[in-house]
Amino acid sequence: MSTLWIAAIVMGVLALVLGTAIGIFVKFFKVDRDPRIELVLELLPGANCGGCGRAGCADFAKAVVAGEVQPFRCPVSSREQVNAIAFALGVDPGDGFARRAVVCCSGDNRQTQMRKFYNGTIDCAAASMIGGGPKGCRYGCIGMGNCAHACPFGAIEVINSLAVVHQEICVGCGKCVDACPRGVIKLVPAQSEAHVYCNSPEKGAVKRSLCHGGCIGCGKCEKAFPAKFKKTGFLARVDYEAEELPTAEDVAQIKCPTGALATETRHYEAEKVSSRGGNK
Amino acid sequence: MNKSSRKVMSFTGGIHPVSEGKKLTDTHAVHTAPLLERYTVLVQQNAGKAPDVVVKPGDKVLKYQLLAKASGFVSADLHSPTSGEIAGIVEVPGPMGVPALALDIRSDGEDRACEIFAPIPEWRSAEPQVLLQRVADAGLVGMGGASFPTRVKLSIPPGKKVDTLILNGAECEPYLSADHRLMLESPCRVLEGAAIIGHLLGIQNIYVGIEINKHDAIAELERFSEDYGIRIVPLQVQYPQGSEKQLINAIVNRAVPPGGLPADVGCVVQNVGTAAAVSDAVTLGIPLVERIVTVTGKVLKDPGNWKLRIGTPVIKAIEFCGGITAEPSKLILGGPMMGFAQNSYEVPVSKNTSGILLFSRRRALNYSSGSCIRCGRCVQGCPMGLCTCLLATAIEGGRYDLAEQNHVMDCLECGSCAYVCPAHRPLVQTLRLAKAEIRRQRAAAKANGGK
Amino acid sequence: MGINDRVQEKSSVRLPDAKNLVLSSSPHLSSSADVRKIMLLVIFCMLPACGAGVWFFGLPALKVLLLSLFFCVGLEALWCFCAGKPVWGTIGDCSAAVTGILLALNLPPGVPFYVPLVGAALAIWLGKQIYGGLGNNPFNPVLVGRVGLLIALPALMTTWSPARGMAENYPEYQAFGMADPALAAGATSAPMELTTCATPLGVASTLPAPEAGKNRFEKIDNPSMWKEYFIGRQGGCIGETCAPALLLGGILLVIFNLINWRVPLYFAGTVFVLSGIVHFFFPQVTPTPLFHLLTGGLLLGAIFMATDMVTSPITGTGCLIFAVGCGIITTVIRIWGNYPEGVSFSILFMNALVPLIDRWFVKRPFGYTRRRREAK
Repeated sequence: MSTLWIAAIVMGVLALVLGTAIGIFVKFFKVDRDPRIELVLELLPGANCGGCGRAGCADFAKAVVAGEVQPFRCPVSSREQVNAIAFALGVDPGDGFARRAVVCCSGDNRQTQMRKFYNGTIDCAAASMIGGGPKGCRYGCIGMGNCAHACPFGAIEVINSLAVVHQEICVGCGKCVDACPRGVIKLVPAQSEAHVYCNSPEKGAVKRSLCHGGCIGCGKCEKAFPAKFKKTGFLARVDYEAEELPTAEDVAQIKCPTGALATETRHYEAEKVSSRGGNK
Repeated sequence: MNKSSRKVMSFTGGIHPVSEGKKLTDTHAVHTAPLLERYTVLVQQNAGKAPDVVVKPGDKVLKYQLLAKASGFVSADLHSPTSGEIAGIVEVPGPMGVPALALDIRSDGEDRACEIFAPIPEWRSAEPQVLLQRVADAGLVGMGGASFPTRVKLSIPPGKKVDTLILNGAECEPYLSADHRLMLESPCRVLEGAAIIGHLLGIQNIYVGIEINKHDAIAELERFSEDYGIRIVPLQVQYPQGSEKQLINAIVNRAVPPGGLPADVGCVVQNVGTAAAVSDAVTLGIPLVERIVTVTGKVLKDPGNWKLRIGTPVIKAIEFCGGITAEPSKLILGGPMMGFAQNSYEVPVSKNTSGILLFSRRRALNYSSGSCIRCGRCVQGCPMGLCTCLLATAIEGGRYDLAEQNHVMDCLECGSCAYVCPAHRPLVQTLRLAKAEIRRQRAAAKANGGK
Repeated sequence: MGINDRVQEKSSVRLPDAKNLVLSSSPHLSSSADVRKIMLLVIFCMLPACGAGVWFFGLPALKVLLLSLFFCVGLEALWCFCAGKPVWGTIGDCSAAVTGILLALNLPPGVPFYVPLVGAALAIWLGKQIYGGLGNNPFNPVLVGRVGLLIALPALMTTWSPARGMAENYPEYQAFGMADPALAAGATSAPMELTTCATPLGVASTLPAPEAGKNRFEKIDNPSMWKEYFIGRQGGCIGETCAPALLLGGILLVIFNLINWRVPLYFAGTVFVLSGIVHFFFPQVTPTPLFHLLTGGLLLGAIFMATDMVTSPITGTGCLIFAVGCGIITTVIRIWGNYPEGVSFSILFMNALVPLIDRWFVKRPFGYTRRRREAK
């Protein structure tokens, strides 16, 4: 019986002492912290992706409360979430386009001539240093998934040796842009429904000999919608700065001869289907 | 002096690769390649800046005529390998795997030479400055593989004093025998070149380091070495004996500090091929337009050593050897340990191509993604004393900072680690990736600091 | 293709498509060693110890050996199948076979079939595969299996059969008290059939307090017994008793450059020196160092287990620290610990320190002098 008492007394005294200690520490070593930071942190997605350019959500929250940045700078938050933060702080939410990453390459293993016999580390940066990597093209996606590893949201999938961004998951944090040794990935306004899936400025014939999916610079898109497309050399690009961005109907109307200009869904479906076919 | 009792020098670490490769070609005398109809001469054949092209498409050129002028200090002149017409400036598959600019020269079949500079037979009384200018004018680069302009190597930075010249005749790369044949067939050119470089730098201590598997070359050089006051040093057969730092360590027992140059410990290292080219440039007045290349591999019908002009496509060299007997799976320019794998037979020979190797599927190393079993063989084999397997693990985990702390930047990329790795991990590639990444980070940090 | 076409000239030599050339980083040559060859050589080096085990303990030992080998390889295959790893590729490197044989060498002869089964499951699954397979395991899988068994099935793991030849020399083994009690009650003079016995270390730890002026360990620790121990006539695990076979295996391992010779030497040396010091000052506390060297699993542990490539340090200095650490812990456990044997625990403990050792004791790279380093 006495053991029980001793135990109870010891634990009680311990609790008392520690509780007092905690009370004293809270009182005297209090860190003054703006409660609004906590509030903003609650409203932020908490992925710590760094897409805002800060060290993480806590850092971003601090900056927002301090008025250094506007809430819309968080690329992950939806419009409603941004507005909620702005409302809570009583500041202007700011305005900016939501952005998405796009891998500007359609050179999967059917379109490009894969040099099958690359032998070494499965890493885009390492592979690009050896004879330009496993595909003939020096500008396209290498397909070893550095971007997929870098993506904190798991939005990038490598299908048929080609990285494809799942637009519904991507939040446009830009991690993949830094991870890609070739600079194939671009951050573009999310409103744009179609993109030119090619990154090679080489001459059309050279490109054609390496990849059937690349833009040959025929200029069809530019002729049809001069406001929406811009051609430089042998590579057409969607003019993301323009007022209006291409829609699915525009793509259907243009009928890109190589299929380099495609809608996001069409591009993804094409890869998905062919990967199933390839597995058979 | 009793030759047999002499100490055979070496360094610590390193590996002992199979010796079979050298036997394919080391008894084959050097053949001179016939004149080709066209040469594709790469514009950039030196480390550093590419030279400025001084000819236009349609120009007629003579053999030895200047094609491109050095564009800066770390750059080298380029001369025409034959007489003919410049058909154009084209893109050809380069030796680094990416297309490179080349001058397409259509030979006129006459091979007329122009005398671009006068020979200096009395070089012993010539001014060092004159000789250095000649080395620069002849477009000389290091012929061992790095192709660093020789002029830069021989311009000792102020404040540094050099007292030793080491000629690198180790030829530690398996399969290659170009330097071996050179020393055996023209020992006097090599020794004279060494003496000229010695005179140029005012150095009395001249050594030639040769691995003892080339005993005939050692004997041949020793016959004449007394006349030039040059010492021949036999070296252990051990890879990478021919690496600058290891060679200096083996011969004069000095350690080049990390990130330093041989000049920091008073040494200058030159390849024997470069020495022979220096001799040609000074005593005969001809620039560097051809070199000895080992064309070898078991799949070749008739491997051998060939004197090839720069700009010779690899496919022609294979043709000289009678073609192939089995399907090659790898084409390598340079040695098997540090050379570059190619994926085109149209790559032209350049000033630093020491070998053209064709490997069958069985011979070539097949990397796998197996995990490290921590056997420590790479650590034993690393001539720089790095813990390669730990570095590779750190790099694979993205810890470039840890790799940098553990001296990944000192890696020579000699390939000893990947050679001995039982799991066949691509260690050199991993380390090279980290080196490139760290260099990029440092440059970025520097740029930020500059702002 | 485009670029090639432009330069292409008619050539008399027919070459296969240049796109079939393999692209890879240098070097393009490799030595003939690969993981499978290394593992097969290790198995070859273990054969003398296996042979000695079967010779001294008879068919039950062979049964344990084969069962353990079978279970280890089988369970590895099962794991790989379930985890979607290439089954043949993983078994093909023969590392599971090495684990299996080494596990058997660490089991008492004559254990029932489920002991190697549980041991193999512990070794392969808990010791190796949950960390990601060969090369990623922090602890020696064999020792994970053995220690797991020792804790889970202590009775089975400490029931030893006598070695061949022990019965003939019965009088010298009196101290081992290993005879079947029923038989011992019946006959005292005639040589009798021994069914179980104790290990020398076990006997040493349970000997009664000494009489005044007498050496406590006299009976089990004398030159004639040392000879017996050396040959292998002692109770113990299948592979740990016969010193000549173990030493032969060790020499082969060193010849094939499979182990760092420093590890066994420093390990055994540390135990020898430390127990020698203790024995010199307190002869009643522990037997002579030679007794420590020849009994228990010291030689097996030092030669085959502490030298495991995956779980030992990489550099020479690291190996020195590792081996000396193993030696110290072994001695401490043997002399003052609860268990009579401490080799397994000591190696496991030091395994845990290997990453730290690797980090602290890196080699000084070429060209770095000590002074330069301090200046930095």
